Amino acid sequence: MKARDLAELAARNLREALLRNALTTLGIAVGVASLVAMLSLGVGLQELASKRLARSGLFDSILVSSKQNLRGFGRAARKAEPATEEARALDETARQEIARLPNVAEVYPEIRFASELRYAGKSHFALVAGLPPSARMRDAFEGMKGTFFSAPEAEEDILQVEFARELNSEPGALLGQELLLHYAERHPLPPTTSAKSSAHDADPGTNTGLGFSVMPREKKLRIVGIVETQPGAGPAGFGSGRVFVPLQLAQSLKVVQGPDFNEIVRTSSSPGGATKYLSLTVRVSNPQQVPAVEEAVKKMGFAAFSLLDATRNLRRFFAILDLFLGIFGSLALAVASLGIINTLVMAILERRREIGILKALGAGDRDIRQLFFAEAGAMGLAGGALGVALGWGLGRVINFGTNLYLRRQDLPGEDIWSVPWWLVGAAVGFAVVVSLVSGIYPAARAARLDPVQALRYE
Amino acid sequence: MANTDGAAIRTERVSRHYPMGTTLIRAVDEVTLMVRAGEFLALLGSSGSGKSTLLNLIAGLDRPTSGAIFAHARDLARMNPQELAQHRSRTVGMVFQAFNLLPRMTLEENVELPLRLAEVPRSERAGRVREALERVRLGARLTHRPGELSGGEQQRAALARALVNRPNILLADEPTGNLDSRTGEEILRLLSEVNQTLGMTLVMVTHERTLAERFAHRIVFLSDGRLVEKEEPR
Repeated sequence: MKARDLAELAARNLREALLRNALTTLGIAVGVASLVAMLSLGVGLQELASKRLARSGLFDSILVSSKQNLRGFGRAARKAEPATEEARALDETARQEIARLPNVAEVYPEIRFASELRYAGKSHFALVAGLPPSARMRDAFEGMKGTFFSAPEAEEDILQVEFARELNSEPGALLGQELLLHYAERHPLPPTTSAKSSAHDADPGTNTGLGFSVMPREKKLRIVGIVETQPGAGPAGFGSGRVFVPLQLAQSLKVVQGPDFNEIVRTSSSPGGATKYLSLTVRVSNPQQVPAVEEAVKKMGFAAFSLLDATRNLRRFFAILDLFLGIFGSLALAVASLGIINTLVMAILERRREIGILKALGAGDRDIRQLFFAEAGAMGLAGGALGVALGWGLGRVINFGTNLYLRRQDLPGEDIWSVPWWLVGAAVGFAVVVSLVSGIYPAARAARLDPVQALRYE
Repeated sequence: MANTDGAAIRTERVSRHYPMGTTLIRAVDEVTLMVRAGEFLALLGSSGSGKSTLLNLIAGLDRPTSGAIFAHARDLARMNPQELAQHRSRTVGMVFQAFNLLPRMTLEENVELPLRLAEVPRSERAGRVREALERVRLGARLTHRPGELSGGEQQRAALARALVNRPNILLADEPTGNLDSRTGEEILRLLSEVNQTLGMTLVMVTHERTLAERFAHRIVFLSDGRLVEKEEPR
């Protein structure tokens, strides 16, 4: 029998027992809706977690340092190593070279220093950290009071709320106020007056001597924002500070950064005039590209570190979560498949004589089998489509309810539900496949019917 | 063995036995019979004599336990299920005592059904359905459902359905069994007309000897599955 005739006969047969077939189709739809609901929740949560992690600045970043800095501080030991001269310096040239790598969004140094801050005549001490313009997208700045920096070099600062409370019990009142930053500015000394010997100058990348003078400075900064949490600043940026200034401004201040020069960003000028960094943070446009960029950076001769393993574990967790949600969602579909089997077996009993007539008129076993398969497939297709619509609707309702709850808790709204197109197609396809599999036994039984016996059936 | 003697149907010691409990039922037992092309043969016998079983064997609805059945030189016993389905679709047409029309379909749809199964192009179907229904004088009842027709009309519709694929052999199993005598006679007249005008071989199972004698070319008698008597052609 041709496909069109088969489809017409199947549709006619489905219409004949409309109520029963509609209920069976509804059963499939509920099963598919349950599957879509579960998987959409898994996908939604995964997307939410990925988005949050991406915005945390931890999983799309690579910490790059010079291999020179990893060899310890004993000069004698380092001189014994033949590869010392081959290790590349992490200077501005290297920074630009890394920035040109594919999928690299930005490369910036870490600047962080302890400082005295004066407000309303009182002194306060805090760690001050520089933030690149891209930090605006991070979670910490979502729902912040005030605004992000107006320009990359703006003389503005953002306070962490606990520090802000030290300044004023009403942190909101600080917005627009000025804070006086006291800091130590570094002035490189000429080579002749540099500490120790000229041997140090021959090895500028290992310049550990105080080759600079220190000048006390102060800078007025306007408070533009207050954040609840400390924004992470890449793999090295946990607990980065309590006062934040634009990175470009922080660089221009040339601050002496704390007592341990080897552990924090070094912006001192070498005798050759090139700026060297202790470490750089490389932000990658997509977390999935982190391994490739990390590898490329290592090939350039630098040490690189990322938190990629954590994201790998996270992906594995969500794969398992999706699997379990899918299994639970499929249970309803499995129950629905029993409904299909029941409906089709009932149809065989009811249409026994009709099957006999069809065989007497020339229908082969294959025609009868295909007819029952077509009916099962049609119920699966209709049930799948209806189920996806139901699942989507259910997702919208749960999203709405979740956001309502979050808003009542003074939290920003989130989409914890996501129905991607692949899930729509896969759910409908799965429903059809389950229906066809369910139809195997009834179809085979119908095809095997003895026409002589079937024609005698009343 | 293929026949070349003008036989439309030939059975050679064909048997159909089946077990019932510990007993072996010999529904058809070593029947050898030849039906010439264009012949109208009546199979007579009492209930349970095996005439319907023999008709089902010729139709390819059932398979013999032993022996051979040739329909236009092709041995049905050697056919696979798909070939048997094609035999039922293209070589034979069947009419039943209970009419066996599908009640939810109109006459037009009922008669179109064998064309769908035989994969006849859609463009040809409407014309062939109309032609078949007009032949049985139901051309005006295309959109009626079987429930809206009398018994005689339903049997005529069933005949149209059996003819629509233009088979060579028409098999009728008690075609008048559910009809009153006048309507039964009408149906037989129609069957005879089809046999004569289309030259179609016709095998009819009946227990009405009078009608068989009036319309059939030849009558054979079955008893306990065996051929017991043959009446020479008229």
